Amino acid sequence: MIEEILVTTTQNSQVHPHLSVWSWEIPIYLDLGGLTAGILVLGAVMVLLGREADNRFAVSKLPLWAPIVLSVGMLMLFLDLSVKENVLRFYGTFRWTSPMSWGSWALLLVYPVAILMVLVSLREGYPRLARILEAIPGITALTEFARARRRGVALFTLLVGVFLGLYTGILLSSYVARPFWNSGVLPLLFLASGLSAGAAVTMLLARDEGEQRRFAQIVITVLSVKLVLVALYVINLATGSRAQIDSLQLIFDGPFTTPFWVLFVGVGIVLPIILIALQLRIGRQIWMLVTPVLVIFGGYTLRDVMVKAGQMSTFRSYENVFDPALLSLLQ
Amino acid sequence: MTRYAMVIDTKSCVGCGACVVACKTENKVPAGLNRDWLVELTRGTFPNLTTEYRSERCNHCSNPTCLWACPTGATYRWNGSNIILVEPSKCTGCKACIAACPYDARMIMRPEGYVDKCTFCHHRVDKGMDPACVSTCPTGCMYFGDLDDPKSKVSELLATRRYKAPLEETGNKPNVFYLY
Repeated sequence: MIEEILVTTTQNSQVHPHLSVWSWEIPIYLDLGGLTAGILVLGAVMVLLGREADNRFAVSKLPLWAPIVLSVGMLMLFLDLSVKENVLRFYGTFRWTSPMSWGSWALLLVYPVAILMVLVSLREGYPRLARILEAIPGITALTEFARARRRGVALFTLLVGVFLGLYTGILLSSYVARPFWNSGVLPLLFLASGLSAGAAVTMLLARDEGEQRRFAQIVITVLSVKLVLVALYVINLATGSRAQIDSLQLIFDGPFTTPFWVLFVGVGIVLPIILIALQLRIGRQIWMLVTPVLVIFGGYTLRDVMVKAGQMSTFRSYENVFDPALLSLLQ
Repeated sequence: MTRYAMVIDTKSCVGCGACVVACKTENKVPAGLNRDWLVELTRGTFPNLTTEYRSERCNHCSNPTCLWACPTGATYRWNGSNIILVEPSKCTGCKACIAACPYDARMIMRPEGYVDKCTFCHHRVDKGMDPACVSTCPTGCMYFGDLDDPKSKVSELLATRRYKAPLEETGNKPNVFYLY
């Protein structure tokens, strides 16, 4: 048996930054980024499948929320920066080795694509807003442009949406130094989470019962895929390096056991699957309100657990027994 | 590329902490923050214990994940060497480099907010001097030099002594070595 004990002279959050790398802003940003991806992908898929008439909310109304939700997410990103006056430095260069640099530029690309997607169906979804906007020079021409090329716009939106959904996971999984994030399954899990959140919002807000049922079926399908991805993620880490295996302790016998298994997997995936299956069979509308909220909550919990637990995971295997409270005895 | 390396003899290190104080003084590191730190590692089960002291800092890796993660180019290599520095005017404080460093060697300067770390005292190296921690070490257990020069003291030590570099399994190719 080997016991390892560490005492350092400088045990603080500055030397051990897992204590204060990313705070509450980043999980919200990742969640809203995923939701934006979900909204864009689902709307684009319906256009490409020619199912616009059956899914009016997802195609005509929801895309307007994509740039708004993303803007709130980017505000969170901005709030997290500790040197806010240098924010434009992100756009002064492109660093191909840095996923965050890719993401910064991709976020800018999302806006024009999302706006074109909005313009495809703005006249049907928000006729008054469309009239007001089209009073601005150029908007009518842009709207006509988008409407004439709706399938092309939808295809671009689909590609950008999928990239955005994957990117939030790629950002975390690219950090080899944080074993809990270092899994190729994470981007897929985040994409599935974004899609389930987008479908859940449609399920919650769509007025048409047929559309609600269709999106309930989409939610249950994506949640089932998500459950498989969670299993693959755990298997991936459990069969990985020592550091990856050790990092699993955070969710199996650590501070994130309850948030991960009970709140994310239980309340955010399994319970909604059961409720949707029941409501599709017996048609109880009350659950149509509760279930999407649980799905959205589960999506946020995933990001929150991932960001916090990932920062705590490390290659260092020793345990620190330094107690800062002891310093007070010296004074 | 000049490959600067630090070699620390754990057989001679007594864990006095002079390297930490020298760094703080030389680089005017504010109270509560440290660019280097000391680890005391006790292994075994009582009464069969061994203790090892290690003076730790940024490893100025040859494969620096912090440099690859930086989205703005604030993190860069000094004079084409492996010494990794941060340019405060380009740093946004996004903390990607902090997450990317397996050694937890980076910190946020407060209240300014930019990321800071050990620089191997490049301002002294530029004048042909050793980093402050190496110059100060009272037991002379720290060595600094060019690893690409086979006649340098660091090359000689690594050629003749048993050594380890921290967390080599991360693939970062660290350039601080510990002799055993």
